[in-house]
Amino acid sequence: MNDMPINQSTSQPINYILHLADDALIMSQRLSEWTGHGPVLEQDIALTNIALDYLGQARNFYQYAAQKQNEAESATGPQALLPGGEERSGEVTEDSLAMLRLEHEFKNHLLVELPNGDWGQTVLKVFFFSAYQKLLMQQLVHCTDEQVKGIAEKSLKEVSYHLRWSREWVLRLGDGTAESHERMRLALEAVWMYTGELCVQPDYHQGWVDYTAMKTDWMEHVQHTLAEATLDAPVAAGFQSGGLYGRHTEHLGYLLAEMQYLQRVYPNSEW
Amino acid sequence: MVDPEIPVLTIEDLGILRSVAWSDDAQQWIISITPTYSGCPATDLISTQIRLALLEHGIRNFSIRQVLSPAWTTDWMTEAGKEKLRQYGIAPPVGKAIDEALLENTIVPCPRCGSTHTKLVSAFSSTACKAFYECQDCLEPFDHFKCH
Repeated sequence: MNDMPINQSTSQPINYILHLADDALIMSQRLSEWTGHGPVLEQDIALTNIALDYLGQARNFYQYAAQKQNEAESATGPQALLPGGEERSGEVTEDSLAMLRLEHEFKNHLLVELPNGDWGQTVLKVFFFSAYQKLLMQQLVHCTDEQVKGIAEKSLKEVSYHLRWSREWVLRLGDGTAESHERMRLALEAVWMYTGELCVQPDYHQGWVDYTAMKTDWMEHVQHTLAEATLDAPVAAGFQSGGLYGRHTEHLGYLLAEMQYLQRVYPNSEW
Repeated sequence: MVDPEIPVLTIEDLGILRSVAWSDDAQQWIISITPTYSGCPATDLISTQIRLALLEHGIRNFSIRQVLSPAWTTDWMTEAGKEKLRQYGIAPPVGKAIDEALLENTIVPCPRCGSTHTKLVSAFSSTACKAFYECQDCLEPFDHFKCH
């Protein structure tokens, strides 16, 4: 993909690490919108806890990406990583990577930036993403990069718990009342076209993951759960993609505007 | 030093403190800690408290490192730690963390009355490391430190 709006060589591991970090951060930011709005206190807390796990994963990956970038720059001199080739003062940090990059520089899947919708749509999204993330981490724990391996080991247990929780909700709502079944059917219709991008190998991959095997396993797990939930996977006319290369839905810009507002208005502010 | 969220346990009981060693090369103490969960907000606080404790004792040449691998597990919690947890009102982790099948049908005894007639209310609770249960006999709600 040559039209990648990223001013970095595609082969650099930092792109792949940012891709992993961006997924976790955007997922976290979206889910945290539920904080204080959950249908019952216990489930409000569940989503908030899951969002916190994602934030922790994102921080681990961003810290590593920043370290790699700073190491590279100490050899070659500063490279513009910030938007518009702006002069950057000081080193890249986890915060500058999360709070000062623009929409087209984010490499997350489209699925994670979609609005939450109702409860059914939210848990369905968590289910699709967790099923993907569990398979991903199961492979990354064997990767040759010690730091990525460590983060994956740490994340795998959390992700397994997310999958168990979200799967239970998909079953309960899909195979629930007429109303809950209908809501899940609608959620599936809204979200399914964004799942095609999961388990697709990005051009900047590092050879750590067998994406073909992952896709087969993901589909099998998802189809099995949907069938158990008495839901039919829609026959998609086409799948949306582009998130991996910075081509996002209109939803990401609004999310970033809210998330990055404080750092952009009060640069370097801390609390 | 105790955990900020569970003040009856030390960071050693919890298995957060992995090692303290003198490095001849770096001429400093290397303190290695590991987070319980990736996003556990207590990790930063624990690191700050270690720093303060060392400075208070006049130790200046040290560095605190966060290690992720091997990933923290409740299997590292000491037996004494588990007992302190139970007395504090939190049901300690049941079984071994690796046993995924066990997760499905874990029986968590009530830390108050010991009854095994308990019910999972929510898979998530007050902190990332706990789940929320209710005792069907003494009716007391309680936290369970999840197997992880």
